[in-house]
This record gives sequence, C-alpha cells and structure tokens, in this order.
Amino acid sequence: MSIAIDLATVWAFIIAFAVFVYVVMDGFDLGLGILFPFFPNKADRDVIMNSVAPVWDGNETWLVLGGGGMMAAFPLAYAVLMPALYTPMIVMLLGLVFRGVAFEFRWRTQKERNKWDVAFAGGSILAALAQGIALGAILQGVHVEGRHYAGGWWDWLTPFSILTGVSLVVGYALLGATWLVMKTEDSLRERAYHFSWILLIAMLVAIGAVSVATPFLHVQYIHRWFAWPNIILTAPVPIAVAAVTAMLLRALANKYDYQPFFLTLALFALSYAGLGISMYPYIVPQSITIWQAASPENSQVFMLFGVSILIPLILAYTAWAYWVFRGKVRHGAGYH
Amino acid sequence: MFEGWDAVALARAQFAFTMSFHIIFPAFSIGLASYLAVLEGLWLITKREVFINLFNYWLKIFAVAFGMGVVSGIVMSYQFGTNWAAFADKTGPVIGPLMAYEVLTAFFLEAGFLGVMLFGLERVGPRLHFLATLMVAIGTLISAFWILSANSWMQTPTGHAINADGQFVAADWLKLIFNPSFPYRLVHMVLAAYLTTALVVGAVGAYHLLRDQHLAGARVMFSMAMWMATLVAPIQILAGDQHGLNTLEHQPTKIMAMEGHFVSHKDGAPLILFGWPNQTAGRIDYAIEIPKLGSVILKHSPDAPMAGLDTVPRENWPPVPITFWSFRIMVGLGFLMLGLGMLSLWLRWRGRLYHSPLLHRFAMVMGPAGFIAVLAGWITTETGRQPFTVYGLLRTADSVSPLAAPAVGSSLIAFIIVYFIVFIAGVVYLLRLMAQPPHPGEHGPSKDLPARAAGITPAAGTVAEGAR
Repeated sequence: MSIAIDLATVWAFIIAFAVFVYVVMDGFDLGLGILFPFFPNKADRDVIMNSVAPVWDGNETWLVLGGGGMMAAFPLAYAVLMPALYTPMIVMLLGLVFRGVAFEFRWRTQKERNKWDVAFAGGSILAALAQGIALGAILQGVHVEGRHYAGGWWDWLTPFSILTGVSLVVGYALLGATWLVMKTEDSLRERAYHFSWILLIAMLVAIGAVSVATPFLHVQYIHRWFAWPNIILTAPVPIAVAAVTAMLLRALANKYDYQPFFLTLALFALSYAGLGISMYPYIVPQSITIWQAASPENSQVFMLFGVSILIPLILAYTAWAYWVFRGKVRHGAGYH
Repeated sequence: MFEGWDAVALARAQFAFTMSFHIIFPAFSIGLASYLAVLEGLWLITKREVFINLFNYWLKIFAVAFGMGVVSGIVMSYQFGTNWAAFADKTGPVIGPLMAYEVLTAFFLEAGFLGVMLFGLERVGPRLHFLATLMVAIGTLISAFWILSANSWMQTPTGHAINADGQFVAADWLKLIFNPSFPYRLVHMVLAAYLTTALVVGAVGAYHLLRDQHLAGARVMFSMAMWMATLVAPIQILAGDQHGLNTLEHQPTKIMAMEGHFVSHKDGAPLILFGWPNQTAGRIDYAIEIPKLGSVILKHSPDAPMAGLDTVPRENWPPVPITFWSFRIMVGLGFLMLGLGMLSLWLRWRGRLYHSPLLHRFAMVMGPAGFIAVLAGWITTETGRQPFTVYGLLRTADSVSPLAAPAVGSSLIAFIIVYFIVFIAGVVYLLRLMAQPPHPGEHGPSKDLPARAAGITPAAGTVAEGAR
C-alpha cells in the first residue's frame, strides 16, 4: 500500500512537471502570438516568428505528454476533467491548430500572409485564454457522480474562471515580451521592454487577484494556506514572489538581456507551486485524490522506467536544439 | 441545435472526421521522412548535387505537411478524454502507457530534431544535420510502432485483466503490446505510408517530366518512386493477404462484413466481387460472385465451410455496406499501384521510363491513390470492429462521454469548419510548392530565416553577448 501511495505521488509530480514545462515553453511562444497585434511591422513579425520557428513543435509536445500521461497515470481524472472542460478544451485545440499551421503557411503566400498572421494571433489568444479558464474551472471543482462527470457543458464558465483565463493571457504575454527582449535587437527590443513593464504590472495584479479569490472557492483552501503548522511551509511562497518581483523590476530597469525572461519563469514557477499547494492531494479538487485516480501499480511502474530514462534524454536534446539556435535573431536579407 | 440527435453517433462522426483528417499527414510524413533521410544519405555519399536539391525541395513540402500532422495529432490525444471519457477511464491503464511511450520515444524525438532538420544545415554541418534527419525519420517509425500497438490491442485484445472498477489492466505487457494483429498491422501500415509517399513523389516527378523530359531532379525522383512502387506494391498485397488471414482468425465478423458473407456456406464460400449489401435484409443485392473462390483465398481450399453473419447476433454486426465497399476501394487501388509498378518496370527495361507520357499521366493520376487507399483501409478495419471499441469486450455505446448531443454536435461543426479552411489552404500551398520544378541550387526552409548575428557557424560572440 505504501508503495502505491508513493507511486501516485511520484506520478503527480511527473505530470505536474510536464504541464509546467508546457506552460513555460509554449507559454512564451503563445505569448508571441498574443503580442503579434502590437507589432504590425512585417519585418518585426518575421523576426518574432523566426525566434521560435525551430522550437515551437517541441514546446507543444509537452502538452501531449501532459494529456497522454494523465490518461495513462490517472485515467479517472482524465475521464472526469475532459468532459467537464469540454468547451475550453475544444477551443484550445482549434486555437492551437490555427496558430500551428500559421508558422509554415505564412511563408507560403504573399497575398494571404495577413490572414495567417491574424490566425496566429487569434489562435494564440484563444488557446491561452482557454487554458487559463480550464485552470480556473479545475480549481473551483467539478460535479462528479460515481466515475463520471455529472455537470453541464457550461459549468466551467464563472467570473473566477474568466479571471484565471485573462490572467494566463497576461502571463504568457509577459513571457513572450521578455523572450523578445532576450532574442531581438534595436527598436523591436525597445518595444518589448516597454510591453514587459506594462505586462509585469498586469501580471502582479492578476497574481494578487487570483490569490485573493481562490480561498473563497473552498474552505479547504483557507485551511491549507493559513492553518498552523501549514503556514510555515506556505508563507515562503508569497515572500519569494515579492523577492523575484523586486529582482525582475531591477532587471528591467537595467535593461538586462536574459534576466527578465528567466525571472519571469521563476514567477511562473512560484505561482505554479502555489496552485500545487492548493490542490494537493486532489487531482479533481475536493472530489478525487491522486490515489483514487491512479492507474494500477503495474501501469505506473511500466511507465516509470521509460520516464526516468527518457525525460533526461529529451531535456538534453531539447537543450541542444535551443543551443543551436541561440543568440539574437536579426532583421535581415536572405529570405524570399 | 442537435436536440434529439444521437450523441454516440455524433461522437463517432467527430472521431472519424478528425482521425481521417489526421491520418493523411502521418501516412505521408512517415514515408517522406525516410525518403529525405535516403536523399541526404545519398548526397553525403555521392556528393551529387541533384540529391541535395531534391532534399531541399521535399524538405519544404515536409515542413508544411508535418505541421498539419502535429496540430491535428494534438487534437487526437485529447479526443479520448473529451468525447470518449468512459473509454479513457476503462482502457487508460493499458492504452495510456502505450501512448505515453509514443510521446516519450517518438514525438519528442521528431520535434526535438525537426528544427535542426528544417533550419539547421548551415549551423551544425552536414554530418550532425544528417543525424537530425535520421532521428526525425526514426521518430516517425517509432510513433507508428506504439500507436499501431494500441490500435491493434483494441482489435485483438490480449495480455490484460479487468479490475474491480471495471478497468482493463495489464496482466502481461509483452503480450499486450505484441498482440496478435499488431505485427501484421504494423507492416501493412508502414508499407502503405512508403507507397503513399512514393506515389506522391512519382506524381510530382511525372508532372515535371511531362513538361521537360531532361530535368535531372524530376528524373531522379520519378525513377526512385517507380522503383518503390515496383518493389513495394506486390509486397504490400502479400502483407495485406496475411493481415486478412490474421483477421479471419481473430476477428471473424470483420471478415464476414468485408466479404459480404451474410449467410454461411457449408461447402465453399463464393468471392463476392461487387454488389449492394442490404444490412436490414441480411443479403447482398445484385451480387456478382465467383463460386468457391472466397474459400480458396481465405482457407486455401475450395470446399472449406465458412460461417456467415447469420451465426452472429444482429446487435454485434458491424455496418456491412461501409466495411464491404471501403475494403474493395483499398484492394482496387492496391492492384492499380501494382499495375503502375509493373508498367514502369517494363518501360524502364525498354529505356522509355522518362519518355512515356502515358506512364507519366498514369503516375500523376495515381498521386492521391495512396491517401485514398490508406483512408479506405482504416475505415475497413475500424468500422469492421464495430459495434465495439475494444473488440468483443467494450461496446462503442458504453465508451462515450456523458455529454449531451448539442455539445458534441457543436464541436463537430467547429472542427469541420476549421479543418476545411486549414486543409484547403494547406493543400493549395503544398500543390504550389510541388508545381515548382526542383532547381539546381534549391534552397531549404532555412532561407526563410533571417541571417543572424552569429553568421553561418555559431561564434563565441553570441555567447558572450548572452552571458549577462
């Protein structure tokens, strides 16, 4: 029994890791799509696209791992959450279709390039919004009976889920802006700085609003964060958020290249840890725990072999691919 | 809208539509990735410029098709949960790990090396670049391995048990992965992908040869594609036959539907060539048949008895007309491919491979044949498994999500609209790329990327710049 408990927790961390890697990696390239309308210049747009063209596909693969891994390790949670999040999921998938094909399609046409630019921006915004809404809908809990979702197909829509949706759009845009600070030069970089300031402030407001609103969803969230002795473990999270924010403000003021992006990643990591603290050990909040949802031990062990060898390998060659395309992307000649 | 519709039928329509759209792209990119690896390998060995030109030419096409495959594939990985939640809950412990392994061993490999393959030749040099191309090609094959294992388990489930929650759980992973129909399905599908790609390459080569018989790139691609058709089409027909015998052993009702055998034959079943399956009446109307030949093909004996659907309860019948006809479309196209391969071999021997407009027109018409055959084959095997998702064990009606028809119907319409826009645009761009002849000095997709600070080889300057 104790081994089963450990396995489910290990898998909860693996899935959480996959989702987090997805959030930050696809986060910045979705963020570029969200920022696209603010960079109307064609040459700028080419540079923005090219700064992620070699890596976006790998970034999105983490989403497939998150979904596929959840079906494998926690099939009950996957089976309950997907119908509960039906509309946001479909919208996200369709958004990802539009923005994904735009990467190649916009190079293949002169006449319709603007249309694919709109598809890239619109698809990115829709996907980000839908992901944020899905997050909010999970936090507020879904109606479960037996092994099924038993709510309606609009239950996810609440002021709280809209708040988390907008917050994630803001957060991804900040990741995108700081990515551009790191990867571009001159006037494009200047504008990215400018947006980073605005978006950082917006993101802090969003983090604050979600943090204040979450405890009102369930009394258990209040206990988790404020009851003694939990508070010893939870108090460092907001303190760390404050510290990272201060460093981020300083990095932006000094116009550093790399620090703003990586500090924004840290801010995401802390917010994500906060979500984990709220949810654990539930995978469907207040209804299904990770142990109730877990696959049988032999399924989880079978996959654990693969994960422990393959994830480090994947991280290594992904890092190599980023390394090959490191450095600034320039405006320039050479493309048709 | 959709009030009073059957939610199960809508969910099936949605899966069939999104899956049919998706399978076209992997079927093409499995073959094309291998073809690209061969072209680049030949270039590295022979240093002949025509190979790198062809490599860059097909790489641009690969980039467009691969992107469409990726985005439609992400949809598939979530459809199990959104529309088939009960299926996901019950089969997650066995199918989930196979798909997780597909992601870990294949999707990441493809995606991780794709960027270098598309844009990185100048950056990493030819040898590392060839490695990246190989990794992408191997990734597509590993992907086929896992997903076909998962699908085959749904067709011929073995190595599992059922737990207290009604979930399928693994009893023996090796038996589960290498279930009885898997080796046959894997061979049949990978060969189908190679044939599909060969027919597209051949059609593009033929198109340009019709305009200029001396174009080096067109000659090389056409010749390679025709060798592929000549050699692989007959092997594929044999593989398909073996797959059929395997199906007869493990999924007899599917064979009954494919053959149109509504009634049992005690002393030799006919081969029904054509006819109209009448599911309600349980007979084939207007049948054109050859006596005894069905038993000869399936049992290798003219008088061997064959059971028909009359031995199967009606509620377990697959939809016979679809299975019957899609099977005939696949087989018919397979024999046309064989015909193309043999004709090209004959003309090659006569020294007229590049000078026969008849052959070139035939090859052009056959360009889309692989896609149609792949779709028809999948429709045969998937509708032939009905009314089950896991053959004999889990009914399709018990696999769906607890969703009302309006939700499933609305999302179906959204998928149809979005996919048609994307599909039409994608096909137009692909055909536009294919309409260009391969040039000497052909460039790859990397020319779409602006030049960078570091120049051709990453220099130390970039690193120092980023170290802050």
